[in-house]
Amino acid sequence: MSKTMTGAEMVVQALQDQGVTHLFGYPGGAVLPIYDALFHQTKIQHVLVRHEQGAAHAAEGYARSSGKVGCLLVTSGPGATNAVTGLTDALMDSIPVVCITGQVPTHLIGSDAFQECDTVGITRHCTKHNYLVRKIEDLPRILHEAFYIARSGRPGPVVIDIPKDVQFASGIYQPPKNIQHKTYHPQIKGDLAKIKQALAMMAKAKKPIFYTGGGVINAGPAASTLLRELAAQTGFPVTSTLMGLGAYPATGRNWLGMLGMHGSYEANNAMHDCDLMIAVGARFDDRITGRLDAFAPYSKKIHIDIDPSSINKNVAVDLAIVGDCAHVLEDMVRLWRSESLSADKKSLADWWSQIDRWRARKSFAYRKSDKTIKPQYAVERLYELTKGRKTLITTEVGQHQMWAAQHFHFEEPNRWMTSGGLGTMGYGLPAAIGAQLANRDALVVDIAGEASILMNIQELSTAKQYRCPVKIFILNNEYMGMVRQWQELLHGGRYSSSYSEALPDFVKLAEAYGLKGMRCSNPADLDAAIQEMIDSPEGVVFDCIVDKAENCLPMIPSGKAHNEMILPDADEDIGNVIDDKGKMLV
Amino acid sequence: MNAQTPAALSPYSSSAGKASRTETHTLSVLVDNEPGVLARVVGLFSGRGYNIESLTVAEVAHAQALSRITIVTTGAPETIEQISHQLERIVPIHKVTDLSLLDGFLQRELAMIKVRGKGEARTEALRLGEAFRARVIDATTESFIFELTGAPKKIDDFVELMRPIGLVEVARTGVAAITRGPQGM
Repeated sequence: MSKTMTGAEMVVQALQDQGVTHLFGYPGGAVLPIYDALFHQTKIQHVLVRHEQGAAHAAEGYARSSGKVGCLLVTSGPGATNAVTGLTDALMDSIPVVCITGQVPTHLIGSDAFQECDTVGITRHCTKHNYLVRKIEDLPRILHEAFYIARSGRPGPVVIDIPKDVQFASGIYQPPKNIQHKTYHPQIKGDLAKIKQALAMMAKAKKPIFYTGGGVINAGPAASTLLRELAAQTGFPVTSTLMGLGAYPATGRNWLGMLGMHGSYEANNAMHDCDLMIAVGARFDDRITGRLDAFAPYSKKIHIDIDPSSINKNVAVDLAIVGDCAHVLEDMVRLWRSESLSADKKSLADWWSQIDRWRARKSFAYRKSDKTIKPQYAVERLYELTKGRKTLITTEVGQHQMWAAQHFHFEEPNRWMTSGGLGTMGYGLPAAIGAQLANRDALVVDIAGEASILMNIQELSTAKQYRCPVKIFILNNEYMGMVRQWQELLHGGRYSSSYSEALPDFVKLAEAYGLKGMRCSNPADLDAAIQEMIDSPEGVVFDCIVDKAENCLPMIPSGKAHNEMILPDADEDIGNVIDDKGKMLV
Repeated sequence: MNAQTPAALSPYSSSAGKASRTETHTLSVLVDNEPGVLARVVGLFSGRGYNIESLTVAEVAHAQALSRITIVTTGAPETIEQISHQLERIVPIHKVTDLSLLDGFLQRELAMIKVRGKGEARTEALRLGEAFRARVIDATTESFIFELTGAPKKIDDFVELMRPIGLVEVARTGVAAITRGPQGM
């Protein structure tokens, strides 16, 4: 099967052999040979983005919605540096991405050549691993290894920097074999003795909670199924991070809603009061834990994660199980049944009635209005009107992202794509394009803010070119809403530079890109307008004019604990909630 | 080596509310000897705010292209555990061993110490050099260079003794370390 070909042909052949169907990219001098090789084939569709950051986010959206490795191709210098934000985003959210960058020819490296930059140096900190290919002989191995590393263990982005002379050089291509990597062998199976110990702790628990995260999604759909089974077997409540939404269905009996800074009152209070926390594929991020020295103070903690460095990083745990969530959950489900374990039903009933009292606070409630569209109402209506379809949601970053997480409810994994760790404004539109290309049959909606959407607005052109009927649902409050909210909380309502002045007319903007533009500002018209958007066969930019002053609540203010949330009906002036120490935090 | 001061404790910091004990540990790290691997290791320390007290690196198995990096670091025990795990995530790293957690290990460092002086100071320097089993590797009528091998503490002590006599400068290799007994890492 080995065959002589040029480096550029090897790249295309390897991508085909790795099952890549869509390659997001932007040509330039240092990748021309690869673009030429792409010209001669039809298996891989190249998707021309309008900015390399868009390529990276589109690859992420593709990966997250399909479970496959996302792939992008950019040129040297500015092509590579423009991709850096997307690579960092993929690293923070553990998304499998392979990024191929062109490089100046090897003899020019280090000479400050035109469009040269130290790509491996720059991306060392924002990739799981990266390569500079110095010899054609190394290229086939590196190409296959990159895919292996991107998708194995805790997934992440991998960069392959290929100098132009290596793209022109001839060598022998080797197809992918079962890679026996020299050093990289993540632990997949969990330690059985520890799993049994975990189950014994679970059987004794009086106030248990599952705290699940993006690791469950990354472990594949089987992990979500197993989580549902384990929750049903044990009867334990389930909460999830922003990244893990959809692993457990929002209509499931044991669902508490999302936890964390803008999570539900019942989820956060249950985390605070629990006596046993079972963290599955979650990493105790600061948005989740709030004040660490007051984090779940009465609890024993079990942590299941494929990355040993996630364990005891922010929070010390009592029992750590290193392994892939799907494998560990499978063992847990099997052993819980075969060892005839059962939960402490009486204590659990008390625990659930406590949870119901918290739930009765209705922490996601908001004041309805028939004059202005409340942003929460807009998300709620979008959810209701898209129910029963295969709907994929992406978001930008800010208030609208949190409202989407609170009010759009997910039943399945891989339906929700949002920039969690890095918090990248401009993520949602390119991610929606990537998700749409991987799921031609789905309705893909980017729930956006008017400020975020402008960060990668040029990708509307990509959506048009590839006939992606993505719907951009902008909650337009004319503010960088989360910034404005924090200025209200921390800086006496001095809204320094957070007003979205000189906004474009989004309807005309959509039309300028050849898409459909819509606007709605009246709550009475909203349902019909959303329906029109859904029914449209084209890409739509929907300018939804919402209440300008709405804050995203409930909220754990910075520096506070889970049981110190600000609720939507708090009479307290939110400008007085955070103390000086909390103001230092982000 | 650019030891960073830990950021002020915030409520989000993992050591908030804990009295953190600072320990010194010696880590042995076996890596593929490929371009950039040292930058990955050093970048991890600077990027995550860990300390490096000493770092040495050299190829130890040419045929397999393996290098051994020895790092002396300080931090709370939980920080040092994190450092080991973070190092293990770096793809070209084969193995990380925290020697300080094992039964016993040896560490040695080589130093070259230049001392300037005449008359009594000169003989005093030579006498002390002998007591420390330092070798004279260069001599002029008004200077010596000593070569001294030993644990870091021994070198520190010798340098302190030379200071009043006429210490000019010191070059140290940093620490190399290995476990006692028949087992490899």
